[in-house]
Amino acid sequence: MTAQTQPKIFDVNKVRADFPILARRVHGKPLVYLDSAASAQKPQAVIDAISGTYGTEYANVHRGAYYLSEMATRAYEDAREKVRRFINAASPSEVVFTKGATEAINLVAHSFGRAFIKAGDEIVLSAVEHHSNIVPWQLLRDATGCVLKVAPMEADGSFNLGAFAAIIGPRTKLVAVAHVSNVLGTILPVREIAGLAHAVGARVLLDGCQGIVHQPVDVRDLGCDFYVFSGHKLYGPTGIGILWAKPELLDAMPPYQGGGDMIESVSFAKTTWAPAPAKFEAGTPPIVGAIGLGAAIDYLNSIDRAAANAHEEELLRYAMTALAQVPGIKLIGTARHKAAVQSFVMEGAHPHDLATVLDRSGVCVRAGHHCAQPLMELLGVSATTRASFAFYNTHAEVDALVAALRRAQEVLL
Amino acid sequence: MNAESQRAQGLRDDLRTLYQEIILDHGKHPRNFRVVEHHTCKAQGNNPMCGDRVTVTAKVDRGTIADIAFEGKGCAISIASASMMTDALKGQSLDTARKLADAVRDVCTGKDAPAEMEPYLGKLAALSGVRQFPVRVKCATLPWHALLSCLDGPPAEGGQIKTPAEGGQIKKPEATTEK
Ligand SMILES: Cc1ncc(COP(=O)(O)O)c(C=O)c1O
Repeated sequence: MTAQTQPKIFDVNKVRADFPILARRVHGKPLVYLDSAASAQKPQAVIDAISGTYGTEYANVHRGAYYLSEMATRAYEDAREKVRRFINAASPSEVVFTKGATEAINLVAHSFGRAFIKAGDEIVLSAVEHHSNIVPWQLLRDATGCVLKVAPMEADGSFNLGAFAAIIGPRTKLVAVAHVSNVLGTILPVREIAGLAHAVGARVLLDGCQGIVHQPVDVRDLGCDFYVFSGHKLYGPTGIGILWAKPELLDAMPPYQGGGDMIESVSFAKTTWAPAPAKFEAGTPPIVGAIGLGAAIDYLNSIDRAAANAHEEELLRYAMTALAQVPGIKLIGTARHKAAVQSFVMEGAHPHDLATVLDRSGVCVRAGHHCAQPLMELLGVSATTRASFAFYNTHAEVDALVAALRRAQEVLL
Repeated sequence: MNAESQRAQGLRDDLRTLYQEIILDHGKHPRNFRVVEHHTCKAQGNNPMCGDRVTVTAKVDRGTIADIAFEGKGCAISIASASMMTDALKGQSLDTARKLADAVRDVCTGKDAPAEMEPYLGKLAALSGVRQFPVRVKCATLPWHALLSCLDGPPAEGGQIKTPAEGGQIKKPEATTEK
């Protein structure tokens, strides 16, 4: 083995130094940020890109015939190209900027849904979906009379491919599922799901909010028709998200919102649309959000991502083992294929009380239903506590979590 | 004691004040955890942020709360608050109940409750620990919002209330938000 091909050790302290917030304290304790699945912290490179743009290169895009606007437009479109490369889309015109995954799903529900889904058609979701991949389809159902079906999961949180195959059929027009569950961490078998869905003529939307964070994504290899995610979970700013869709779909879909920038020509009698992606980007877009997301992608490309992902997996294993040893803790979500997200419940302690006590130890975790109430109901709990891990987390932070949980037991039990 | 460890002590004290024995006791062993038979009113409060729910049922007889109980799922704070609420309100007038709801909100948000309400507050004063935890104030006030919806809701006919699905419609919007 040569020096170049030797697997690199992931230097977590080096990447931690890139995230200024990780150096702060809360309640007098070092910050232990275990809520990256809700929103990830930002590297200095992203913060600099945002303030640098506002500081020296800012103007509206696609409008001014002057130097600054040209620069801003170039930076905005460069960001689109960075996203394209990051997800291996064929063309930047397949990449639509939205304000987040939620808006991207609503865009598809509104535009694709109202144009191509009719009464009696079926949309299949999975049991683990986030509210943002449930409610837009319910609104569509109420508007069109289509039918929603839910593919079940196994007790450990894994996807039941056989049951899924049994509920799809010729009426299935769309399958909309998470790539990775934000509650259970389950990695859904999305290639197999897409294969089965396409065999019955259905389109496939993947909610990649959690998926794209923990593994490389190649939209063409996944075989989906739509892939959506939010920038803020991928170390970028809030207010920016991505809808990727196959070009023939974007061509066929009507606009989602009307306004400036999305037209070819407007008269009071008739307006014609600009081609995608402009067709779906009415109004002044989140310019600096897109540029910030581009900077986040540059950052991710600058670190050893394979090593970073391996580090996250290792943290998850370590956390699962450590948590399971705390008396009274039950892990929720133990599928074999899962990403670095771990829910749990503690006997005798409500997740909210736990999160409050943990916070006073500097440990940030999420407590509640995680915008997945139907899943909570299936699990038979009203809430869970969730620790989620990013590559900037450490084994010592997992230890801090466990120590804080033991302290919480002293306070609460 | 140096500043850091003093601070740490202060934080632990905050937690101890929040999770006093009496809160933990009512949280784990809620009193009046049932449905009032022949209740004259019923309402649900829910906290959409965490999915916690409490349903309050009461039997009001000529302006007096003859019986009151609750059911639900929630954190130690919301369950303890509901439990102590039902203890405090049995036999009280509707007017006192409303005043006590205001007093409890005062206690939770760091204001002084009116002196006349102190005798009625009793162990509910233990809820004052949430002052140091602004995001938890809603937990403490959730059952009281449900109570007010219950008392202000439509009267039940012949002791049988028509309950909309999940009690959803009689829930007032205030039941979910804390200003
Ligand atoms: C799986 C999943 N889908 C969708 C969303 C919604 O993302 P956003 O709120 O950024 O639109 C989230 C965020 O919590 C998520 O985890």
